[in-house]
Amino acid sequence: MTTAEDHKSNGIGKDLAIYVCLLVLAGLQFVIAYQKIDASQMFTRMLVVAMVEAGLAAMFFMHLWAEKRGFLIFVAVFATFVLLTLQFGWTDSFRMVSGAPFSK
Amino acid sequence: MSQADLTMEGHSTGLTAGPAFSFPTKKLAIWLFIIADTMTFAACLVAYGFLRNGTPNWPRPFPGITNVALMTFVLLTSSLTMLFGLRSARAGDKAVAFRWVMITAALGIAFALLHVREWLELIDQGMTLFKNPWGTGLFGASFFSITGLHLTHVTSGVIALIAVGVRYKGGRYNADDIEVLGLYWHFVDVVWMFVVPLVYLLNLAH
Repeated sequence: MTTAEDHKSNGIGKDLAIYVCLLVLAGLQFVIAYQKIDASQMFTRMLVVAMVEAGLAAMFFMHLWAEKRGFLIFVAVFATFVLLTLQFGWTDSFRMVSGAPFSK
Repeated sequence: MSQADLTMEGHSTGLTAGPAFSFPTKKLAIWLFIIADTMTFAACLVAYGFLRNGTPNWPRPFPGITNVALMTFVLLTSSLTMLFGLRSARAGDKAVAFRWVMITAALGIAFALLHVREWLELIDQGMTLFKNPWGTGLFGASFFSITGLHLTHVTSGVIALIAVGVRYKGGRYNADDIEVLGLYWHFVDVVWMFVVPLVYLLNLAH
């Protein structure tokens, strides 16, 4: 087998390993869904698993890990900024639960 | 040839000699699209979370996980076949790359059909955009909006897979185009990883 073929088979092995990891993590989300815990705990656990899944897919399936380090930092900073700025409304949603959405 | 022509020629060569920011232009474009689309989906999911959190009688209409598990498996597998297609394209094996891209498209179609079947079942049970038999009418609007947006992306992706695959086989496109398409397809998969827990698994009827 040539060096190029070695490289190709190693790459396919890595792809398959990441694929299996993603399947296991997806399965873990389904297991969490049947745990007897409250909704907020369930939400947190599922979100953490989803973020790990997304990270693996972005780094290896989308080859972000192999891109220029500057581009990786650009995507990470931009995505984090966007996701953080979207979180401003949560406190207001709790206010809606308390039954006084437009007072106090 | 005048000095002006020489200057213009040199200038033009300088602009087109390499991609902007030392990064392939097509790849940069698809990444910018992905970042923009991330904002769209994140906004939808956060709005959905806001509504779910602030609504006491939020419906839990999903009796089991079989359908959504199957859809997840199909979409994850389609990401793997897309990777195989890109590897074959990079190796210059056009026929094999085309076959993997078409398998990816077929898996995308299977996902879309499973999704439509699920929609039809929910519609049969009386769920519409504005009302449902289980609780607040907001559920239908948010469910159909988020899953509909994702399904639109999958459908667009399938069309793109077929179009790019055929053109790649015909020699009009190259491996870079397959890579750009692959980035889009993997992004659709990543979005699904967040849709499943938020929209489906948190709304299981225990």
